[in-house]
Amino acid sequence: MSMLQVSIYRYNPETDSAPYMQEYQVDTQGRDLMVLNILEMLKAEDTTLAYRRSCREGVCGSDGMNMNGKNGLACITSLSDVVKNNKLVLRPLPGLPVVRDLAVDMGLFYKQYERIQPYLQNDEPAPAIERLQSPEERDKLDGLYECILCACCSTACPSFWWNPDKFVGPAGLLQSYRFLADSRDTATQARLAELQDPFSVFRCRGIMNCVAVCPKGLNPTRAIGKIRDMLLANAT
Amino acid sequence: MSTMRSLTFDAIIIGGGGAGMRAALELAKSGKKTAVLSKVFPTRSHTVSAQGGITCAIASADPNDDWRWHMYDTVKGGDYITDQDAAEYMCSEGPKAVFELEHMGLPFSRFENGRIYQRPFGGQSKNFGEGGQAARTCAAADRTGHALLHTLYQNNLKNNTTFLNEWFAVDLVKNADGDVVGCIAMCIETGEVVHVKSKATVLATGGAGRIYASTTNALINTGDGIGMALRAGFPMQDMEMWQFHPTGIYGAGVLVTEGCRGEGGYLVNKDGERFMERYAPNAKDLAGRDVVARSMVMEILEGRGCGENGDHVYLKLDHLGEEVLNKRLPGISELSKIFAHADPTEAPIPVVPTCHYMMGGIPTNVHGQAIMQDADGNDQIVGGLFACGEAACVSVHGANRLGGNSLLDLVVFGRAAGMFIESALNEGVEYLDASESDIDSAMTRINRWNESSGGESVADLKVELQSIMQNAFGVFRQEDNMQEGVKKLAELRGRIAEAHLVDKSGAFNTARIEALELDNLMEVAEATAIAALERKESRGAHSRYDYPDRDDVNWLKHSMYFPLEKKVGKRDVNFKPKTVDTFEPKIRTY
Amino acid sequence: MVTNITNLGRSGLSDWLIQRVSAVILALYTLFIVAYLLFNPGLDYYTWSGLFAQTWMRIFSLLAFISLAAHAWVGLWTVTTDYMKSTGVRLGTQLVIILAIFVFLVWGIQVLWGA
Repeated sequence: MSMLQVSIYRYNPETDSAPYMQEYQVDTQGRDLMVLNILEMLKAEDTTLAYRRSCREGVCGSDGMNMNGKNGLACITSLSDVVKNNKLVLRPLPGLPVVRDLAVDMGLFYKQYERIQPYLQNDEPAPAIERLQSPEERDKLDGLYECILCACCSTACPSFWWNPDKFVGPAGLLQSYRFLADSRDTATQARLAELQDPFSVFRCRGIMNCVAVCPKGLNPTRAIGKIRDMLLANAT
Repeated sequence: MSTMRSLTFDAIIIGGGGAGMRAALELAKSGKKTAVLSKVFPTRSHTVSAQGGITCAIASADPNDDWRWHMYDTVKGGDYITDQDAAEYMCSEGPKAVFELEHMGLPFSRFENGRIYQRPFGGQSKNFGEGGQAARTCAAADRTGHALLHTLYQNNLKNNTTFLNEWFAVDLVKNADGDVVGCIAMCIETGEVVHVKSKATVLATGGAGRIYASTTNALINTGDGIGMALRAGFPMQDMEMWQFHPTGIYGAGVLVTEGCRGEGGYLVNKDGERFMERYAPNAKDLAGRDVVARSMVMEILEGRGCGENGDHVYLKLDHLGEEVLNKRLPGISELSKIFAHADPTEAPIPVVPTCHYMMGGIPTNVHGQAIMQDADGNDQIVGGLFACGEAACVSVHGANRLGGNSLLDLVVFGRAAGMFIESALNEGVEYLDASESDIDSAMTRINRWNESSGGESVADLKVELQSIMQNAFGVFRQEDNMQEGVKKLAELRGRIAEAHLVDKSGAFNTARIEALELDNLMEVAEATAIAALERKESRGAHSRYDYPDRDDVNWLKHSMYFPLEKKVGKRDVNFKPKTVDTFEPKIRTY
Repeated sequence: MVTNITNLGRSGLSDWLIQRVSAVILALYTLFIVAYLLFNPGLDYYTWSGLFAQTWMRIFSLLAFISLAAHAWVGLWTVTTDYMKSTGVRLGTQLVIILAIFVFLVWGIQVLWGA
């Protein structure tokens, strides 16, 4: 059994003037491990390797990274999913500043999330029990609320690369639509007014990289289309 | 240490999971200067992994449901060392807290009439155990924790809570009076260490499942708050009580919700027999988790386990049909395919009891105030220190937590702690400032690592700790094994004190974080081990071969572990609820 | 909301709509011209100028020109805001583009109605 060749993007701002790729060899003993398992094995040997991880089951969104050219979560990406020619190249999510090694500064990503006011707004007084919502109304939130904010989509989006300060990006827009689609939210008009400029929504060019990489199988492009439909219906 | 920067808050909440963020939300609304300090971005906290739901008598599935029935189940589930005043508070306040979550936007699944969907969970009954199985767990498909955590984060954004994200709390700072007046914390991104001063310090740091080799817990669940409190000399309660969840995916340890069995799934052994019918004739697969986990281990030990090595059993779901699985358990289908290579619509999921939840923790009252004991064994409030969520032991879970009660615990007691701190701050609390030497003593540990120049590696020591715990303090326990375990842990503690931090860089140094976490794991493991050895009976999750029976004469008590003496004492269980009659201890059957 | 003053419609929605509508008009115009050429093999100058002498064809063509101008403005403005991060360069390029579009449009009108 040959050793898995792993190439990892390294950068420590305190000691490195520029990032570089470091080569490692890992003996997987033929097991189809997750990429995160490989990182853990390497980390036990080389403790300087930095990356984020938490739940290790694909629900917390910590370990988004670029694996052999495609964004995904290291903990639920198995070697058989991603390794080609016995080689694994790991890089940080593209388009965001690198803090160290595989950890990026997610500040811009979170800022765009916060911009869409990601919380339910309802100006009517709350009842003593829950607000009622039919199963059909609730079904509209499926495929939206499951987002884990891993940033795989937004950092795979060329429009977000060019305008991360102005284009909300697929993750933020998916959440924007999650509240626009919620029968309990009454801020639809105010939400739409914030989105009608040429950047926030309309920088989406339908490239659909977001859909291709979403580890939860969500479809931000479709949500963006629905926002556009709402804007159009509202303004014409 | 005079060059160290200090940050001052009215209240600092350590931990950005459900409990911490619920407490923060209450305080942010009050306008107090508060901050949440979390070692991960808040939505990466382990609450996100909770699946099945939040148990609460909101009377949706059954319009006649009653919080007292829920309280009865909780007390019985905890094998009668649940504090009844705390269970009463949680179950009666619960509906309010759940409706608040819904008003905040939590996307609960719904019944046809538009009310919140509730599913059956283990240990639930109607009419104080007389009315059959209840369906009391409010769910957002099988992603309730995710939905809850994101909703809380979103509402904290709405209320402009200050977040110190990716900051690690190192140790508590105590003043000369023994009050907690803040903590030492480190910004992970830069490595800067600061002194956080605050009048209220809330430990909402969650569990510590990583003391075991096999756990459903996230890699971040290293008991940081427990470690800090133990190092500061505060006692821990019921640390021997660790829940082993019946359905962790074999090999991976990933959780499969009890909701699977709530929706109609069941466990089978290698003969295809639904074996829970033998162990719990009434509740079957929905008996208490401790009961189901033990039954599974019995099946395996008696040679009826599945697989090549006969070391697991199967969770059968295919009979539920694709529609139910897609609608009610979509996340499970995903996890099963990824981690067990089994599509539950066709094949059963291989499962094994896996460490899941710490019932014990920092003893608190219903307001989240941490409790210690004076020389005569009387409760004493610790000034400035609060705890809520899994890190705390209120104790609503007693010796065994019921499914869905952890999320309720989070929101009810996070909220309660927030409300109490707000009123305490309004009344005005003043503590002595920490002196230079108080701060220095809180810096001892991080300084030790930073100055280490040789010794064993953190990763190796962690593996060793986890294997000791797994082998000696698992589902079934016995004296000689545990004694051996305690001895090994004592020896390991010495080696950890000499261990080596190779990388001493500042920026995003996760090696330093893992080293600091190892200290916390060590504290939790030792507290668990010593308390487990001391409790000479079987109760709830604590099952001993050598003491197979419950001993209400000697052990209808909380255990209290005192870290300075490494001794275990006892604390009375509360049997005095305010509005209902006491639930007297009975033989616990399902 | 992100504010802008150099985009055509002052709103992303109107830009988006303009681009879609103009695209449809351009597609129809292109189809018509292609079809006309296919159905008129051996086309000579007189037939061709005869076509453009008709008022409806002039209106159709003017509509196509205006659509082209609008489409180009929206499209190229987007390109400049994607790739040109220096304000001076971006604004300069945008002015050149707008000027060029204006010139081509006026020139086009002159060709169309001046004959």
